[in-house]
Amino acid sequence: MAFNHRHLIDLSEYSAEDITLILDIAERFREVNERRIKKVPTLKGYTVVNMFNEPSTRTRSSFEIAEKRLSCDTLNFGGSSTSTVKGESLLDTVRTLCSYKIDLIVVRDKHAGVPYQVAQASGVPVIDAGDGKHQHPTQALLDLYTMRKRFGAIEGLHVGIVGDIGHSRVCGSLIPALKTMGAEVTVIGPPTLMPAMPELLGADHVTSDFDAALPQLDVVYMLRIQRERLEGAPFPSLREYNLLFGLTREREKLMKPDAIVCHPGPLNRGVELDDYMADHLERSEILDQVYAGVLVRMASLYLLLGGTDHGVDA
Amino acid sequence: MNEGGNVKSVCMDEREIDRSLTRIAHQILEANKGAGNIALVGIVTRGDLLAKRLAERIGAIEGVEVPLGRLDISLYRDDFATYFSPEVHSTQIPFDIDGKTIVLVDDVLFTGRTIRAALDALMDIGRPACVQLAVLVDRGHRQLPIRADFVGKNVPSSLEENVRLFLDEVDGVSAVEILSLAPGDRAHAAPIGEKEGE
Repeated sequence: MAFNHRHLIDLSEYSAEDITLILDIAERFREVNERRIKKVPTLKGYTVVNMFNEPSTRTRSSFEIAEKRLSCDTLNFGGSSTSTVKGESLLDTVRTLCSYKIDLIVVRDKHAGVPYQVAQASGVPVIDAGDGKHQHPTQALLDLYTMRKRFGAIEGLHVGIVGDIGHSRVCGSLIPALKTMGAEVTVIGPPTLMPAMPELLGADHVTSDFDAALPQLDVVYMLRIQRERLEGAPFPSLREYNLLFGLTREREKLMKPDAIVCHPGPLNRGVELDDYMADHLERSEILDQVYAGVLVRMASLYLLLGGTDHGVDA
Repeated sequence: MNEGGNVKSVCMDEREIDRSLTRIAHQILEANKGAGNIALVGIVTRGDLLAKRLAERIGAIEGVEVPLGRLDISLYRDDFATYFSPEVHSTQIPFDIDGKTIVLVDDVLFTGRTIRAALDALMDIGRPACVQLAVLVDRGHRQLPIRADFVGKNVPSSLEENVRLFLDEVDGVSAVEILSLAPGDRAHAAPIGEKEGE
């Protein structure tokens, strides 16, 4: 079993074997997270920088928890407290940090492509924690983990991704990864929230008719309506959006009996889904997704920092 | 082709392994005055199978079922940076180890580093009353102050050799073999199922 990636930036470069390995190791880390002492010494002495240049609650906190449970030293960095507000370029900041002999950088940025640049400037492994509208690979991995945990396999599942497809970096990682793993993907949303060329997403079907698509889906993946990115008024009102594309108690009747609901968070209750569906005991996987976030991030750190002699079997 | 090197000799066959395990089972019971407070924890990937065999023997002798667990030490290794394997196995210890006498079980005792890692892993799970060590083979060359309480067979070996256990359950054959090690290779356990591919 070999793992030959230096960075986790573009999930479409990962094969089905690579993704399966990450999910398998994440599964092993579940046991560590359920102990009384939720910590192992594996990455003792490694220093990881969490560079979050855009607000984040769950991604940032779950990376930090994952790092601490593997005994990494962490440096949290970003926002208005850094030298970038004094005019230093991002890449100069990265080079400065690298002088401290750090081992890995986790990057979140509002501009697509920043993780690539950080990877080139730093020379250390980089994990993309979300860049602009481009990718969010660890989110996709935790989604895949959640789906596999619930259904046993991802191959053959029909996953519908609903909502703000055009602004979504979750889609950028999740759709290619689902296709790699053999799932069928339908993207659903108003045409005004689709990218200009939806066929480039790689999904099998593109539709604006939620009610027609819903009965076929095993996984109903609701995206957040990103109010902060809606300057162009793509739909008349949040209420109208909720009526056409919200997952509601009424609409649940159209779902398969064992279909599940996923959401990357944070939730806009009453917009993309109502309280009943968000808190549904059988269908809602939303909090399991959050837990899976720690597990797949531990697995990603473990594999990317794993020694120099990749692929040795012990 | 056997990537562990060429077989130089077979130092224990199936019946010798059986006899050693039976003796160790008796010794564990004698040293602990019965099976009352003991639990067996085998180190993945073959110590866990030996622990299972020992538990069956102890059960047959004393008529009690001793708690049995498996311990993976890959997250506790001291050579993560130079000798990385992406394989992480699972630790399963389905009982409370606090206050118990834990008998750690491993196949080959060599440098002692695996046992050091296993002790750390065990202490993160709980606080046993005491920890004892049972191994099928002690091949010497310790790098840490660690010794076994119960030993199947002492096998003097050189550092240019690899000592490997194969077990019927996963390898299709049970034997302890001494193999010659190619220059630069490290001694380590055989991958599960390697024998079957030959």
